[in-house]
Amino acid sequence: MCIFAKDNITNIINMAQKHIPDSSCQYFNEKEETLTREQIEALQLERLQATVKHCMNSPFYKARFEEAGIKPEDIKTLDDIRKIPFTTKKDLRDTYPFGMASTSLKDCIRLHSSSGTTGNPTVILHTQNDIDEWANQVARNLWMVGLRPDDVFQNSSGYGMFTGGLGFQYGAERVGMLTIPAAAGNSLRQIKFMTDFGTTALHAVPSYVTRLKEVMDQAGVDPKTDTKLRVLAIGAEPHSEEQRRRIEEMMGVKAYNSFGMSEMCGPGVGFECPEQNGLHFWEDYYIVEIVDPETLEPVADGEIGELVLTTLCREAMPLLRYRTRDLTRVLGRSCPCGRNHVRIDRMKGRSDDMIVLRGVNIFPIQIEKILMQFPELANNYLITLTTDEDNDNMTVEVELEELFTDDFQRLLKLTSDVKRALKDEILLTPHVKLVPKGSLPVSEGKAVRVVDKRTVYQ
Amino acid sequence: MTIKQLSIFIENKGGTLIKVLDLLSKANIQIIASTIADTKDYGIYRVLCNNPSQAYIILKEAGINVQLADVIALSIDDEPGRAASAIKTLSDDGISILYMYSFLWKGKGVLVFRTDPAEKAKETIMIKKLSFLTEADFA
Ligand SMILES: [Zn+2]
Repeated sequence: MCIFAKDNITNIINMAQKHIPDSSCQYFNEKEETLTREQIEALQLERLQATVKHCMNSPFYKARFEEAGIKPEDIKTLDDIRKIPFTTKKDLRDTYPFGMASTSLKDCIRLHSSSGTTGNPTVILHTQNDIDEWANQVARNLWMVGLRPDDVFQNSSGYGMFTGGLGFQYGAERVGMLTIPAAAGNSLRQIKFMTDFGTTALHAVPSYVTRLKEVMDQAGVDPKTDTKLRVLAIGAEPHSEEQRRRIEEMMGVKAYNSFGMSEMCGPGVGFECPEQNGLHFWEDYYIVEIVDPETLEPVADGEIGELVLTTLCREAMPLLRYRTRDLTRVLGRSCPCGRNHVRIDRMKGRSDDMIVLRGVNIFPIQIEKILMQFPELANNYLITLTTDEDNDNMTVEVELEELFTDDFQRLLKLTSDVKRALKDEILLTPHVKLVPKGSLPVSEGKAVRVVDKRTVYQ
Repeated sequence: MTIKQLSIFIENKGGTLIKVLDLLSKANIQIIASTIADTKDYGIYRVLCNNPSQAYIILKEAGINVQLADVIALSIDDEPGRAASAIKTLSDDGISILYMYSFLWKGKGVLVFRTDPAEKAKETIMIKKLSFLTEADFA
């Protein structure tokens, strides 16, 4: 089944072919990856028009277009996308479970649902073609960083509803790699898989890589000499460049940043190329906009704003101008690797993660960036916000990497140096507390970095 | 002249200390003397034991923040004024003491301390013929 092909739009779904290129080729989908900007934009317009037309099968979009007084035929240029209202997470919740679908359920083969802490959960539906395209995007990414059919890929991501599991599984299999669905947790078993099966590539959230290295140290396994690991795919958790460099150094590998979200499919949407200078977002699959989160107007390249994505190849549940809440910026639209797909900076954090403390906007990633500059400090940290005597305060607890001295004066100096560096970055002086290694909670999934215990006055 | 002391970084809440003591006792390490210095947030637990090198490896492997520090252990008669005169001897030579603790060992007083600068204290102890203990005394 292929909705777009029925509409006689040629070239819309062209990747579902299960062709594996020769290992010497640097591109998995050479034709699509090396499109010029003009070709990308022409393809995007064609696919946007087809997608909008297809969206009229969805009760939600049909009503939305009527409300906004626009018709699919009004989309004549790429800029016309700005006539289309944004889609939000709330819309997904409000249409729970199937109100957003553009195909009948009979044509769908998969449902992913994420639980909401507030309100309804959300549902994402897939056709067979959606799943195939998803696998192709992940395969394209893994191939891009040099993975080939003779590699062994271990996926330490949660399976089940969390799309990092199945998404990487399909992508790695599509490349033709021996793929190990290790799933999350059980670090000793992960390490045994790595050494026994000769794992060369691993996918994990960055905080879990740190955890894994700690367990390796305790088990006397050196990733550089005792494993064949050479590539890490890290994502699902905002992390700083400093943390990436640390991970690369301690594991003796190259670590590539991955971006995905279940609303789009899962992992695959964007990935770093060997240049490690921004993530290529696949513009044959998505239209990427960066807008000011307040005014919703587009911002110039290089300026930080909210990432907005429109799907171009989805059948079951296309999304138009979906507000991701992720803050980032455009780095460029060309690259020495030969791909002209837009390069997006690592996520600066989610607008939801932003801490507002005494009127100052702070992202946890800013704090992480500073902490990583001190070699005495380990990778694990926790930010706690409290209300003390009517004042809101921040405490940053960070684990000590090594006890480099038993002289209190030097420990106190380290604390005050960290405090000063943090103040320069976030303009507030937090309380900094050194804690022994291993004393902060480590989740085996996404790390909890902020605990808000503030008293809220209405 | 110096002996190895374990310096262990601990949090000012229950758990870490018990864990350390448990690890040491399971490995049959005998604690000779110990002291805790702390601030509001954290403390350093300093331990003299009969096998510091082995204790260090055990704690390190258990993921504890531990360091081996070189300290001096002076042996003094258990009489009033002896500790004061030993310290005065050092301070007269311009040596400052970063931290110090004391205990009784086989009927004698023992003064354990770290000095700054470290090397100069050794010279003074040699020249003034102060009596000191070595690791062999505790093994
Ligand atoms: Zn590139």
